Amino acid sequence: MEEIIPDKRIDIRGLKCPYTFVRSKLAIEQMNTGEVLEVLLNYPEASVSIPKSMQDHGQRVLSVDKINDTDWIILIRKERD
Amino acid sequence: MEFNGGQFTDDQIIRYSRHIILPEVGGKGQAMIASAKVFLIGAGGLGCPISYYLTAAGVGRIAIVDDDVVDLSNLQRQILHSTKTVGMPKVESAKAVLNALNPDVEIIAIKDRLTPQNILGFIKDYDIVIDGSDNFPTRYLVNDACVLANKPLSSGAVLRFEGQVTTIIPGEGHCYRCLFEEMPPEGLVPSCQEGGVLGVLPGIIGTLQAMEVLKLILGKGDVLKNTLLIYDALRTNFRKVRVPKNLDCPVCGENPTITALCSSYEANYCSA
Ligand SMILES: [Zn+2]
Repeated sequence: MEEIIPDKRIDIRGLKCPYTFVRSKLAIEQMNTGEVLEVLLNYPEASVSIPKSMQDHGQRVLSVDKINDTDWIILIRKERD
Repeated sequence: MEFNGGQFTDDQIIRYSRHIILPEVGGKGQAMIASAKVFLIGAGGLGCPISYYLTAAGVGRIAIVDDDVVDLSNLQRQILHSTKTVGMPKVESAKAVLNALNPDVEIIAIKDRLTPQNILGFIKDYDIVIDGSDNFPTRYLVNDACVLANKPLSSGAVLRFEGQVTTIIPGEGHCYRCLFEEMPPEGLVPSCQEGGVLGVLPGIIGTLQAMEVLKLILGKGDVLKNTLLIYDALRTNFRKVRVPKNLDCPVCGENPTITALCSSYEANYCSA
């Protein structure tokens, strides 16, 4: 599978909900349609809620990966403003 | 309030987080709220909740005009004022509370009486006008000024147990004179001072006006254009009455007779 290279990365480790989503949403708002955002986070609930909320807002979640004991990486492609 | 090209401070992100997470608002909508300038008439029963919520929402600049001072009898409904500020100009009493709530918002306190001579100068630099006055001469003056200056206007009124709200978009919808062409004769309609009002009522009508203003700023949803919303508090009933634009309206109709503000709105009939 082809590796996806994010257009923007944010590190929101240490943040809890709803600020995990607030930060992710602000980041994706400033991107262009078609670009990919990488979100690095360590708040377990957000690994589920961010993908769900992003989909509710019309964005496409490409992957959710647990990369070590504490952290997740989520890749989201911006589909709409 | 500045967002440095879309960048919020950490505190602003936290303060406005419940706005930002709404799909209809987001960071872009919050930035629109932050750059909006509104002009509010009255720091009384309606003006207090209107300015309280718009300040909380982070509206960039709010000017408030009122020439009155706080009276003990105001405190049953005018929630920005307090026992300690009795005797103080209402706009100063209000400004202190609003500044404490949200230092992002620029509050401009104007202790003055609104007149046909000063209103157009006051509103020209603002995006939206909000009428929270309690008398007919001011309501007609504000309506005519907004139609002539092409400014969106949120208008509210309360009496006893009934409130009314409407949103006037000059050039698109009705205006207050389409609804009631002339002021009622003096003495026929009691003013709020005589009429009495249950204190919560201006809170409900004022917050509806604040919501209308935020929707105008965001360009989301439907505002009360061509519509009068009537709230009957005793029966807990909201009723929407359709108000078509009156083509014969003396100020916004096809052949207006009011093409400039009248010299005085104190007289019962102003048809220029
Ligand atoms: Zn009209």
